Amino acid sequence: MSDAIIKTEHLRFAYAAEGGLSPVVLDGVDLEIEEGSFVAVLGHNGSGKSTLAKHMNAILLPTGGKVYVDGMDTCEDADLLDIRRTVGMVFQNPDNQIVANVVEEDVAFAPENLGVPPAEIRKRVDDALAMVGMSEYAAHAPHLLSGGQKQRIAIAGVIAMRPRCVVLDEPTAMLDPIGRDEVLKTIRLLNREYGMTVVLITHHMDEAAQADRLVVMAKGKVIADGSPRQVFQRVEELRAVGLTVPETVELCWELRREGLDVPLDAISDEECAQALYQILK
Amino acid sequence: MALKDITLGQYFPGNSILHRLDPRTKILLTVIYIVALFLAKQLAGYGILLLVLAAAIAVSRVKLKVILKGLKPILFIIIITGILNLFWTPGDILWQWGFLKLTVQGIWAAVFMVLRISMLIICTFLLTYTTSPILLTDGLENLLGPLKKLHVPVHELAMMMSIALRFIPTLIEETDKIMSAQKARGADFDTGNLLDKAKALIPLLVPLFISAFRRADELAIAMECRCYHGGEGRTRLRQLKYKTPDIVGIAGGLLLCAGVGVLGHFGL
Repeated sequence: MSDAIIKTEHLRFAYAAEGGLSPVVLDGVDLEIEEGSFVAVLGHNGSGKSTLAKHMNAILLPTGGKVYVDGMDTCEDADLLDIRRTVGMVFQNPDNQIVANVVEEDVAFAPENLGVPPAEIRKRVDDALAMVGMSEYAAHAPHLLSGGQKQRIAIAGVIAMRPRCVVLDEPTAMLDPIGRDEVLKTIRLLNREYGMTVVLITHHMDEAAQADRLVVMAKGKVIADGSPRQVFQRVEELRAVGLTVPETVELCWELRREGLDVPLDAISDEECAQALYQILK
Repeated sequence: MALKDITLGQYFPGNSILHRLDPRTKILLTVIYIVALFLAKQLAGYGILLLVLAAAIAVSRVKLKVILKGLKPILFIIIITGILNLFWTPGDILWQWGFLKLTVQGIWAAVFMVLRISMLIICTFLLTYTTSPILLTDGLENLLGPLKKLHVPVHELAMMMSIALRFIPTLIEETDKIMSAQKARGADFDTGNLLDKAKALIPLLVPLFISAFRRADELAIAMECRCYHGGEGRTRLRQLKYKTPDIVGIAGGLLLCAGVGVLGHFGL
C-alpha cells in the first residue's frame, strides 16, 4: 500500500433487500488510486460508479473484499473519522450538502466537527474559500448563489478538512455550462496547484478526458483502465456499454473505418484539426 | 398564495447596540422582560415597561411599521381578549345592556391585557429581528447547555433548528416550482371554498414531502462525510463572549424587573 491512497481488493457489493441480497452492484473491483493523481471514473447509469465512490470513505461498506484508505481498512469502526478526514466527498446536488445559512459557517462545519481550535478554523475557512475563488462571498447566504458557486462552496466545505483526496460524485450533473466550467476549473486547480488526489465520477466524456487516468465501469466491473488516450481508442467497446467517445475521437474513428490513416488519440479540437490537416496535406 | 411574505424568524441586518449584543444576553433580557410584564400590576409598572420597549425599538432602528405588521396575525386574539376583559370583569358598573356590563375595572383590565400581549409579542419579535438565526440557535444551545446533564439533547435540537432555518428558502423555492408544474397541468390553487383549496394542496404537499425526505437523506450522508458525529468534541468558528454592554444590559434588565415587581407589590 505504498503510494496508493485508496485501494480496493476484489470489492463486491450488493444492497440489502428483503429476503436476501439484491443483484450485485459491484462485482469484484480491484483498483488503486495513487496519491496526487487525477482519476476519472466513467460509466453509464447503473454501472456502479457512484456505489464505488461511496466505498471510498466508508459511507458504504463492502459485502465482499476490502477497501483500504491510506492503509486503513474501511470496515474498522475505530478509524472512521480518520478515513473521512483523509478522503472528502462532494455530491451532485449542492443544495443538499450545505448545512448552514452563511457561507463561511458552512465551510467551517467540517473543522468544527473535528474539534479544530477556533483560530485555526478561521484560517482553514479563509484558505478553503480562497482555493475555490469564493472569498468575497464569505458572508453571503448560500441560497442566493448560483449553482456553480454553491458547488464550489460545497467543495470548500470539504477541503477545509484538509483531506488528501477528494472524491466528487457527478459534481456537475445539475449545473449549467458556466457552472460546470467553474467547478471543473476548481477541480483541476486542486489537483495541479495543491497536489490533492482527485477522483471524479462522471458520465461526461469531455470531463473524463481532462483526467490523467480513466477508469471505465460497466455492470459493476472495471472494463477499461488507462490514460484517456488509450481508453478512447477502444471506441467499439465503449459504445457497447452505452458510452460515447468525444466527438473528435469519433470523427477520427469514422474516417479510419473508411480507410483513412488517422490516429485515434487526438482528443482536443486542436489535435484533431492537426491530424486532419496532416492527411489533407 | 404569496410565498415571499412568510416572515418566519425574520432577521433585519444592522449594526445597532441591540444587534451587537451577545445573543445569550438578548435571550435572557427577553425572558426577564416577559417576567417583568407579568409582575406589572398597574399604570406605573406598565408605563415603565412600555417606555423601555419604545427605547429598545428606537435603538434597534427597526421600523415601527415592520413591528406593527408582526402583530397582525395575532390581532384577532388581542381583540377577543380585550373584549372578554372589557365586559366580563366584575366591579363598579358604568353602563349595562343585557348581559354586557361595562365596569371601570374592566376597562383597565382590558387595556392592561391588550398591552401585555402586544408587548410580549413585540419584545420577542425584536429579539428575532435583531439576531441572526445562527446566532440565535448558538445562543440557545449555549444557554441550555446545563440541561445536557439531564440528558436533554440540546445540541441535536439546536442543530435541527439551524438546519430547518437553512432549508426554509430552499423548500419555498421548491414549492414554487411544484406549484408552477401543477398549474401548467391545470391545477387550481386559488378558487373554490376552503375545502376545495385544502384539497388542491394535496398534489402540492405529496411531492414536496417526498423531496424533503430525499434531501434529508442526502444531507445526512453529506454531513457524515464531513465528519459530523454529534456535539461531542465540537468547536465553533464563532465564539460567544460576554462583553461590558452585555453585563450592563443584564444588570439593567434585572433591576428593571425587580423595580416593576416592587411597584406591583405596592399596587402601583
